[in-house]
Amino acid sequence: MRIACPFCGPRENGEFSYLGDAKPKRPGPDAGEEAVYDYVYLRDNVAGEMEEFWYHGGGCRSWLKVRRNTVTHEIFSVEAAAGAGAAKAAS
Amino acid sequence: MKYSIFSLARAALSGHKKWPRTWRDAEPKPRYDVVIIGGGGHGLATAYHLAAEYGIRNVAVLEKGWIGSGNAGRNTTIIRSNYLLPGNIGFYELSMKLWETMERDLNYNTMVSQRGVLNLYHSDAQRDAYARRGNAMRINGIDAELLDRTAVRKMVPFLNFDNARFPIEGGLLQRRGGTARHDAVVWGYAHAADRLGVDIIQNCEVTGFVRDAGGRVTGVETSRGKIGAGKVGMAVAGSSSRVAAMADLRLPIESHVLQAFVSEGIKPLIPNVITFGAGHFYVSQSDKGGLVFGGDIDGYNSYAQRGNLPVVEDVCEGGMALMPIIGRVRLLRQWGGIMDMSMDGSPIIDRTPVDGLYLNAGWCYGGFKATPASGLVFAHLLARDEPHKEATRFRLDRFRRGAMIDEKGQGAQPNLH
Repeated sequence: MRIACPFCGPRENGEFSYLGDAKPKRPGPDAGEEAVYDYVYLRDNVAGEMEEFWYHGGGCRSWLKVRRNTVTHEIFSVEAAAGAGAAKAAS
Repeated sequence: MKYSIFSLARAALSGHKKWPRTWRDAEPKPRYDVVIIGGGGHGLATAYHLAAEYGIRNVAVLEKGWIGSGNAGRNTTIIRSNYLLPGNIGFYELSMKLWETMERDLNYNTMVSQRGVLNLYHSDAQRDAYARRGNAMRINGIDAELLDRTAVRKMVPFLNFDNARFPIEGGLLQRRGGTARHDAVVWGYAHAADRLGVDIIQNCEVTGFVRDAGGRVTGVETSRGKIGAGKVGMAVAGSSSRVAAMADLRLPIESHVLQAFVSEGIKPLIPNVITFGAGHFYVSQSDKGGLVFGGDIDGYNSYAQRGNLPVVEDVCEGGMALMPIIGRVRLLRQWGGIMDMSMDGSPIIDRTPVDGLYLNAGWCYGGFKATPASGLVFAHLLARDEPHKEATRFRLDRFRRGAMIDEKGQGAQPNLH
């Protein structure tokens, strides 16, 4: 599996660290325990296409949003996820 | 049939051409008291214990492919009970005890070999951590010995003791640990469960749940038709989220791929199971001579039963750091299995919020050693509707309650467990 980093070009996946599913959004401070439980622990665990966060620690140290098929490992798109952490916190 | 010296002699007289089937190839009946989804080690062990200990014999095990085609046939065959935390420690020791009597219980040679599991330590701090683990084991009545460098060298002299970065200082040894023949465990449970009347139905994929007006699960839709059930147990680790989704459940689980490897056969070299303490590498030698080894999961969500090369490289580097002697041994095969990585690294054996549906999941990459105890406690849960005393902490709601069993202390990041 090679990930085409928009900044560094195609690199083997050993250069990247995995955060996981890009879908869960950190709930706001008033969202309640149930929403936090859902965010921290529950996963769709998709078999098929999934958007996920990868970190290019062995290269440009950018966060990337990758759309990938978890059954075939085929990668459809890679884009910079600048401020991904902040975006998660904001929404 | 019961295997014995007499059955062997009888079969020998007919040139071994008249051995009966090890289990019946059953056709699905319209209804069972209990339907187990998943014909791996855990599902078959559950069916066996339901029939043998709890008197529930109207049981079917449904398997999408052939029994043992998933993780039961893809692991590195290691058995051990060297855990630290309450909840795990008693459960895995129960499993170890069941391994010790398994061949007599099942009337099947599962080649359980208590050759010892040796966890190496490479620093003073790691020695202290292993001493703590060993003490936790011993106060729970489990065998553990802390070996110094001299004792380890005597046992496995071929290791690289003087690695400049990670010298081997000693090891924590569990002599009762070892290996078992993974396929034979599947066949043994199938054989024993079948003798007690359990139907093992292969090539039967569950495609949905049948539910009544109150939402209770009353059966399953399968590729071979509808099958009614008093209770349904899921033992489909690797695919738990997919099956649970058919009942509108989301689980605290991610599916990840773990690779395993076997080398070409060589003469007897490794007398036990050895784990490298400075990387992630574990190795034993099969009776055919191949070195069976593995390391970390690949680290990304995957349902593909194959991994990628960076982990192959990482595992082989670990092997070379530990025992450079294997440098010219050729790799014969590598493969991948799909792990139910739970949010705390420990399993889930519990009722689900859906009536009539029971869950056995989240085995991370430690499911094989747990096979017999997993079957026993899941059978207990299905039969009695309450957890077995050694499985009271494996509850589904423990994440909500903050009662995690996190051996590695990694938190809710499944790819780090």
